[in-house]
Amino acid sequence: MANDKAIDVRDLVVGFGPRTVLDRVTFDVRRGEVFGFVGGSGSGKSVLLRTIIGLVPRRSGSIEVLGTRLDTANAEERRGIERRWGVLFQQGALFSSLTVLQNVQFPMVEYLDLPQRLMDEMAAAKLDMVGLRRADHDKMPSELSGGMTKRVALARALALDPELVFLDEPTSGLDPIAAGDFDALIKTLQETLGLTVFMITHDLESLHTICDRVGALADGRVVATGSIESMLACEHPWVRSYFQGRRATAVNERFANIEP
Amino acid sequence: MGSAPSLVAHPGTAGIELSAAGSWTVDHARSLDGIILDMMRTTPADVPVTINMRSIAALDTYGAWLVERFIRARESGSGSTRLDGLPERYRALYEEISTTERDAPQPAKHRPSILRSIAWLGQAAAGFGRDLVDFANMLGAIVVSLARVVANPRSFRITPTMHHLDRVGWQAVPIMLLITFLIGCIIAQQGFFHFRKFGADAYVVDMVGILVVREIGVLIIAIMMAGRSGSAYTAELGSMKMREEIDALRTMGRDPVDVLILPRIIALVIALPILTFLGSMAALYGGGLVAWAYGGMSPAIYIERLREAVSLTHFEVGMIKAPFMALVIGVVACAQGLAVQGSAESLGRETTASVVKSIFLVIVLDGLFAVFFASVDM
Ligand SMILES: Nc1ncnc2c1ncn2[C@@H]1O[C@H](COP(=O)(O)OP(=O)(O)OP(=O)(O)O)[C@@H](O)[C@H]1O
Ligand SMILES: [Mg+2]
Repeated sequence: MANDKAIDVRDLVVGFGPRTVLDRVTFDVRRGEVFGFVGGSGSGKSVLLRTIIGLVPRRSGSIEVLGTRLDTANAEERRGIERRWGVLFQQGALFSSLTVLQNVQFPMVEYLDLPQRLMDEMAAAKLDMVGLRRADHDKMPSELSGGMTKRVALARALALDPELVFLDEPTSGLDPIAAGDFDALIKTLQETLGLTVFMITHDLESLHTICDRVGALADGRVVATGSIESMLACEHPWVRSYFQGRRATAVNERFANIEP
Repeated sequence: MGSAPSLVAHPGTAGIELSAAGSWTVDHARSLDGIILDMMRTTPADVPVTINMRSIAALDTYGAWLVERFIRARESGSGSTRLDGLPERYRALYEEISTTERDAPQPAKHRPSILRSIAWLGQAAAGFGRDLVDFANMLGAIVVSLARVVANPRSFRITPTMHHLDRVGWQAVPIMLLITFLIGCIIAQQGFFHFRKFGADAYVVDMVGILVVREIGVLIIAIMMAGRSGSAYTAELGSMKMREEIDALRTMGRDPVDVLILPRIIALVIALPILTFLGSMAALYGGGLVAWAYGGMSPAIYIERLREAVSLTHFEVGMIKAPFMALVIGVVACAQGLAVQGSAESLGRETTASVVKSIFLVIVLDGLFAVFFASVDM
């Protein structure tokens, strides 16, 4: 049993109609690490995430999550795995007919048998942790700002204290202070709960501060994986322009100064 | 899963020591909740308490919160509470939980049921008033938009109008013909069955003809249109509203009424009379078929009697009503569509409301027309 791997993707091919979006993608995410995933817009990052959690059918290849192959798992095993992960979708995907608090409670109601009072308290605590004020807990999703939607979606993804979270651009739409708080929260949860994070992000700050390893997707393939330092040294043209571009260089320099 | 959690009290000279053990995690949250509630009841508020966390096997946000809940509950008492021996790796997590806001979430207030029903009555009345205003608003906006088009005919959106005409008119023809045909058959069959007892067979044709051309044809088609096209209009406009498409249109200097609503309504106003005509013909055809097969009346006689019974006036009465019914259906459907709020539930609610209201209004309108035509002798 390859138990040190939270996600193990081998030779994954995914396409829509005649178009191949992912072409023999291979990578793995180790338990307890924060894995950042980068790639250009439309390169297939969200498709990869949705394939791993079983929402998009694959053409070939194998995917193993938390030691289980989801395609051969029966309904009960699947439910067991789903209980142990949390997902934040790029658009938030909050349930529009439930309040913010009920959205966070939804997985608790679904998977746990808890008194209502404890669920109220836990949902409120989770929302506090992601920085949503009490006054907003009873709002409907349509009354939230973009950044607030992201926070609620994050609180919902973390509702069950999962072992593994999938985050699709968690910090886009957050102000830099909130994004920094988010980084700190993820770091805390990783260190205390041993949380494994698979995170799609364009946020260079997050990549530098919390990601243990980074994977880069270009032309339908994972062209490089490794620490942020090895990414900076990578020769692949797209990775170079991503990490050595004008915006990236400024951030790189800042971090180069901080680190000993 | 880990081992079951526990919290054991050891009374001592300097207060009570509570020693925690096992997994304080989400999987045991239910039993932990019970343990903490028991402990809150049994420890006196004026005795100092030390919680010893040294031997816990695991802690997550659920366990951390329950410890924190116990500590917060004791704050009002005079005895101090201390957390001791929390393993280093859980410090940051506990820190995160203990800094959450203090005031407990407010449980929803429940008003007594009599007050609630009175409030409901008031809301329903206000809602009815609002509906009327919405209807009038939408009608006004459509008239203004129509006036703009008349003043400047080149601004009329011919392509979308044709598109909607195709959807609500042309594509509806088969189902409308089928249903009106069947209704015609049923009316004729019932007529022959019952009239035969009085030897009044011949008058079945009068009944079928007048009923279909004056009332049933237009009514059935209008009700079908409300269900088929009105609901589609509401759902389309509603989901556009939800996804801010309508706001986007406004910011680009386009009036949603001009772009989205007028073409839809015009398509409906054109399609409904045509479908009414086709539907009435199908119903008469069905009636004739039954008259021949079941009533033993030859087609020639059926047509002859039809010609005597149905005057042009009857036909006019039916056709005059059609565009007005189309207008009512269209206005209600579009007004409900724009009333959709952010949630999927509200989209469903408004779509239902659109169909129910437009069918109701179509029938009310039919009644008003009956009074009107009676008073002008048509
Ligand atoms: N359901 C679908 N049907 C057809 N094509 C799709 C579908 N979903 C995604 N695609 C295509 O797959 C490609 C990858 O999309 P994806 O959403 O994964 O991009 P992304 O890498 O997440 O981009 P971004 O950073 O902008 O979110 C795109 O070209 C998109 O058009
Ligand atoms: Mg994406």
